[in-house]
Amino acid sequence: MHVSSTPHVRAKSSTTQIMLTVIIALLPAAVFGVHNFGIRALWHILITVSTCILSELVFDLITKRKVLITDFSAVVTGLLLAMNLPVAAPLWIGFIGGFFAIIVVKMLFGGLGQNFMNPALGARCFLLISFPKFMTNFTYDGVSSATPLAVLKSGGNVELKDMIFGNTGGTIGETSMLFLVLGGCIMIMAGVIDMYVTASYILSFIVFLILCGGKGFDPYYIACQLAGGGLMLGAFFMATDYATRPVTKKGQVIYGIFIGIMTGVFRIFGPSAEGVSYAIILGNLVTPLIEKITMPKPFGYEKPVKEKKGGKA
Amino acid sequence: MSKRVKDPDRLTPGKVFINGLVKENPTFVLMLGMCPTLAVTSSAINGLGMGLTTTVVLTMSNILISALRKVIPDKVRIPAFIVIIASFVTIVGQFLEAYLPALNDALGMFIPLIVVNCIILGRAEAFASKNNVLLSAFDGLGMGLGFSVALTMIGLVREMIGAHKVFGFTFVELMEKMHLPQGCIDFMGNQTPIAIFVMAPGAFFVLATLVAILNHNKEKKRLRGEAVKEFAGCGHDCLNCHDSSCSFYDPNGSDEAVGLKGKKKKKKKDSDDLEKVEIEMVSVSENVTGDSSDAGENATKEPVEEKEGGQEA
Repeated sequence: MHVSSTPHVRAKSSTTQIMLTVIIALLPAAVFGVHNFGIRALWHILITVSTCILSELVFDLITKRKVLITDFSAVVTGLLLAMNLPVAAPLWIGFIGGFFAIIVVKMLFGGLGQNFMNPALGARCFLLISFPKFMTNFTYDGVSSATPLAVLKSGGNVELKDMIFGNTGGTIGETSMLFLVLGGCIMIMAGVIDMYVTASYILSFIVFLILCGGKGFDPYYIACQLAGGGLMLGAFFMATDYATRPVTKKGQVIYGIFIGIMTGVFRIFGPSAEGVSYAIILGNLVTPLIEKITMPKPFGYEKPVKEKKGGKA
Repeated sequence: MSKRVKDPDRLTPGKVFINGLVKENPTFVLMLGMCPTLAVTSSAINGLGMGLTTTVVLTMSNILISALRKVIPDKVRIPAFIVIIASFVTIVGQFLEAYLPALNDALGMFIPLIVVNCIILGRAEAFASKNNVLLSAFDGLGMGLGFSVALTMIGLVREMIGAHKVFGFTFVELMEKMHLPQGCIDFMGNQTPIAIFVMAPGAFFVLATLVAILNHNKEKKRLRGEAVKEFAGCGHDCLNCHDSSCSFYDPNGSDEAVGLKGKKKKKKKDSDDLEKVEIEMVSVSENVTGDSSDAGENATKEPVEEKEGGQEA
C-alpha cells in the first residue's frame, strides 16, 4: 500500500454511501419508468439487479476474493442496465446483460474502480449489437412505435411536453427528463458528482447542434434533442462514473466536450437516431489519454532538457 | 558400433511436433498470427480451412528453407524466405481456387496474406534456418496443426454461441438427426443466438477466454510443483530488449552476459562487431554522463540514444 506524505485529507464518504446516494437519485426515474411502462419494467429491474449481485458474489467466491457486494455498486450497475433496456425486450436479456456487465466488463478487469468502461453501458452495447431486434423494439401502451428521437430525425413533429415529463416510448429509465434531472440534482447536492462532466457534455452537445444540426439556433429542436433519448441519463449517471472519467478537472471538461461532440455526430450523421451510449463508451476509452495530457506537473518539476543531436560524443 | 549417447535436450521429430502442437502452440502460447486468428474464425470450417492452408504452406516452406539454409546468404535471408513463402502461398491459393472455391471465397483476402503470416516467417527464421530438413518438416507440421486446432476451437465456440451451428449444421438439424423430442427441438429453434460472437468483438472474447483457461491450467501445474516450460517468446534478442519482467533480463545491461546466444552469435559475430564497438562506446559515455550529472536528472538515457543516432549519421 502506498501512502503519500502528510497532509492527508480525510473524507467522510465511503463507497457504500456514494452508491446509496446514486441509487436514491436513480429511484424517481426508475419508479416513473415502472409507472410509465407497467409491471414488466419492474421485472426487468429486479432481474438485472439480482443477476448483477449474484454474478459478483459468485465471481468473488470462485476466485477467493473479498466479497464486496455490500458496497451496492452491483445494484447501481443493475439498475442502470435495466433503465437502458426497452420494456418489450424478453426478460432473459437482463440475465445476459447483467452477467456481461459484471463478469466481463467489471470483474475481469479487477473489480470496482478498475473497469475501463462503464459496466452498464458496456452491457447495453453488447446487447444492442447481439440482439438488435429486441433492443430497438420500443413499445409504448402496447403499440410498437418509434421513439421521439427517431420521429424527430425523420422530420416528424414531437410533443415536447410529453418528452420532458416522460410519457413517450423509449427504454425504461430514459424517457423522463424531469425525474432524471431531479436525480442529478440530488447527486450534485450530496456532493457525489460535480458539474464538470455533465455541464461540458450538455453545453458542447448544444453548440454542436447549433453548428451542425442543420436547423441553426432553434430552441424547440434543441430542447427536443436534450429531452429525447438517453442524453440526460448518460450525462448525469453514466458519463460521471468515477472509474471511467478522468480524475483531473481539466480532463473532465475535455472528456465532456468529447462525448458531447461524439453524441452529436452519432445523432446527426449516424444511421441511428441515438448515440449516447456509444459516445460515452468512446469517451471511456480515451480517458487514460486525457488523463495523461492533463496530469498536473509536480511542484518544482522541470522538463528534462534534450541535448542537441550531433554534439560532442 | 558405438552406443548412441542419450541427450535429453536433443531434438527429435516427435518432440518438435508436440512442441508446435501444444507447448509452443502458435496461437495460445506464442500469440502469433493474430490477424487470421481474429478475422477468419467466424465458423469452425473457416478456421480449419485457414489452419490447414497455413499448415501446408508452413511445412513446405520450412522444408525448402531448411534445405537451402547453407546457400542463402545471411544478410538477405529475409527477402529469400519471403520469396519462397510467397511462391508456396501462390501455389496453394491457386489450388484452393480450383478445387475448393467455397472456402476460397470465405477466406478471401486472407489467403494471399498468409505470405506475411508471422508464424511462417517466424518458424523460418527461428527454426528452419538452423535445423535439418526432417526436423523442420515436423516443426512445420506441428506448428501448422497447432494453429489449425486453435483456429478450429475458436471458430467452433464462436459458431455455437453466435449462430447456433456446429460445423455448418444448425442445432435444430443436429437435434432432429439425434431424434430428440419435438419439444426440445422447438425450444431450441426459438432461441436467439448471441450474434456478437460471430462479429469482430466475439473473436476477442473467445480468444481471451481460451487463453485464460490454458494459462490457468499452467498456473495450477506450477502450483503443484510440476515443471512448466517457460517460453520467452522473443528469440532471445536480449541486446535490443528492455523487458525487465524477462527472466533473462540483466539490469546492469552488459551485453556480454546476456547478448546473442549460441549459433546465432557465432554466425552474426562479424557483422555485429562494428555495432558492438559502437554500443560499448555509448555505454562508456553513459557512465560518464551518469557520473557528471546531478542526482535528480533522470534524462541520461534518451539523449545517449540520440547521440548514437548522431554518430551513425
